[in-house]
Amino acid sequence: MMKKKYCISSYCHIRDNTISLNGKTIYTGQHSDLKSLTKSAYRHFDIDYPKFFKMDNLSRLGFLAAEILLTNEGVLPENEEDIAIVLSNRASSLDTDRKHWESIRDSHNYYPSPAIFVYTLPNICIGEISIRHKLYSENSFFIFDEFNPNHLFSYANGLLDTEKTRKVLCGWVDVDGPVYKAFLYLVGKEGPVLHSIEEITRLF
Amino acid sequence: MDKIYVSHNSIVSCLGNDSQTVIQKIKDGVSGLQPVNDPKLLDQPLCTSQINIEKIPKTIRGKAKEEIFTRLEHMLLNSLGKVIQASKIELTDRVGLIISTTKGNIDVLDDDNPFPKERAYLAELGKVLKEFFGFRTHPIVLSNACVSGLLAIATAKKMILQGDFDHVFVTGGDLASKFTLSGFRAFQALSSVPCRPYDKNRSGINIGEVGTSALVTKDDTKLAREAVIILGDASCNDANHISGPSRTGEGLYRAVKLALKEAKLQPKDIDFISAHGTATQFNDEMEAIAFNRLKLQNTPLNSLKGYFGHTLGASGLLETIVGMHSLHQNTVIASMGFEEIGVSQPINIIRRTESRPMDTFLKTSSGFGGSNTAVVFKKVAE
Repeated sequence: MMKKKYCISSYCHIRDNTISLNGKTIYTGQHSDLKSLTKSAYRHFDIDYPKFFKMDNLSRLGFLAAEILLTNEGVLPENEEDIAIVLSNRASSLDTDRKHWESIRDSHNYYPSPAIFVYTLPNICIGEISIRHKLYSENSFFIFDEFNPNHLFSYANGLLDTEKTRKVLCGWVDVDGPVYKAFLYLVGKEGPVLHSIEEITRLF
Repeated sequence: MDKIYVSHNSIVSCLGNDSQTVIQKIKDGVSGLQPVNDPKLLDQPLCTSQINIEKIPKTIRGKAKEEIFTRLEHMLLNSLGKVIQASKIELTDRVGLIISTTKGNIDVLDDDNPFPKERAYLAELGKVLKEFFGFRTHPIVLSNACVSGLLAIATAKKMILQGDFDHVFVTGGDLASKFTLSGFRAFQALSSVPCRPYDKNRSGINIGEVGTSALVTKDDTKLAREAVIILGDASCNDANHISGPSRTGEGLYRAVKLALKEAKLQPKDIDFISAHGTATQFNDEMEAIAFNRLKLQNTPLNSLKGYFGHTLGASGLLETIVGMHSLHQNTVIASMGFEEIGVSQPINIIRRTESRPMDTFLKTSSGFGGSNTAVVFKKVAE
């Protein structure tokens, strides 16, 4: 069977206090932690979405990368675009799991909160992106001990080949204590970069 | 296009340690849900389907005296081991492993748990299973809230069709842990008595636990008697709320519609629905609305949560396996705990376990993050 070829139309990185779109730095700052970076970037990019401040660090990181990338692509919620979301990371939601754990470890100081507990699932980050951009398509969250371009490549191709979706927002969104990294890219029929394992690995 | 099957399977649960035993118990109307009063788990009485780890055969490697596997690992090793053995498939680079879990070994965060905290990383769970059985490929952990188990089957199908693998072993499990119970308690969603999906007098959810596994394959020489064909699958997000389902059942409606389309079936072709039915007000109501929009309100439907509680990342896989046996034995399974309709729209809840010829079923799951998955299964022609 002749395999169809797809392309990466844009990509976004958030790492080391720097945000870049298609390889060009669009924001950089001196921040002591991810919370401060995402808050400052939210203001810098003039985003108006108060729910952002309720999100945990993993959702903020994924939301922000998706916001920058999809805005650049001209994706509007009212168009309800057919974009699937396939994300991956190493630490799942452990960063927030530890917070929930702190709230229940001591029976004399017991304060579990639904607002924290709901973020103890990695795919909540996908949910936040879906709500923001009105994306009703397929979503999956995978966990690997390291970035797995082969899996993302094949899974995105599968969704596109079977016409389950027109585009796939793919990538890596990981938060583990002070360590964080986001790399999102959009795959579809058109774009300047060939969708291949080599290119995904190079961009990561 | 190749046909993709779900074949050999196993359930390790408090109702028994293999699918046959568990199915028989369900047919006999036995529930695994029991009241539990354990302050170490939760500061109030609860109802759950806890596995007595002493009752499952110990998986011992080498002669190590100290415990080398966590509670969840024992559940998954036992369950997966049975399926690998039954399938007689050699673990080559054409054989994949998908692990479906929401929280994995989350109990290692407990101060009195002897295992290192690193064991909470989900990829570590993958490594343990890979090394124990000698898988040659990289384990894939899928963690997509309560649709994970069903989505794992759909993912296995996609990966086989994509040419990544010929066979995929799918295993799913989660613990009824202090971590998870305290969270659902904080949502005020937990019931201290056995749950009653879709019933007027329901009082909330029970969290349960199972370790469950199945073989997904394109090889029709590797089929168990109860094997089914995956006719269609789809997943759709509600794009509405992270912890509450859509009031219009939008994501579920869309997912079922797309799964039926891929299966080339009409709603009337579905013999029964194995629904999500957690017994929370919001979930049950959302499903009733979605199934009415889909014209599936007259199709016999059950929730299996009354037998096991909500087994989280395992539930979709567990309920698919029960559905397969149900088809094979031409027996509809009663929706345990149901007496009087407690949703605003009519749905046809199965009241009695009884014989009926059947050919196809629809399995649906919904979860936090707005996720919904629907898969259509069909009996393999005899």
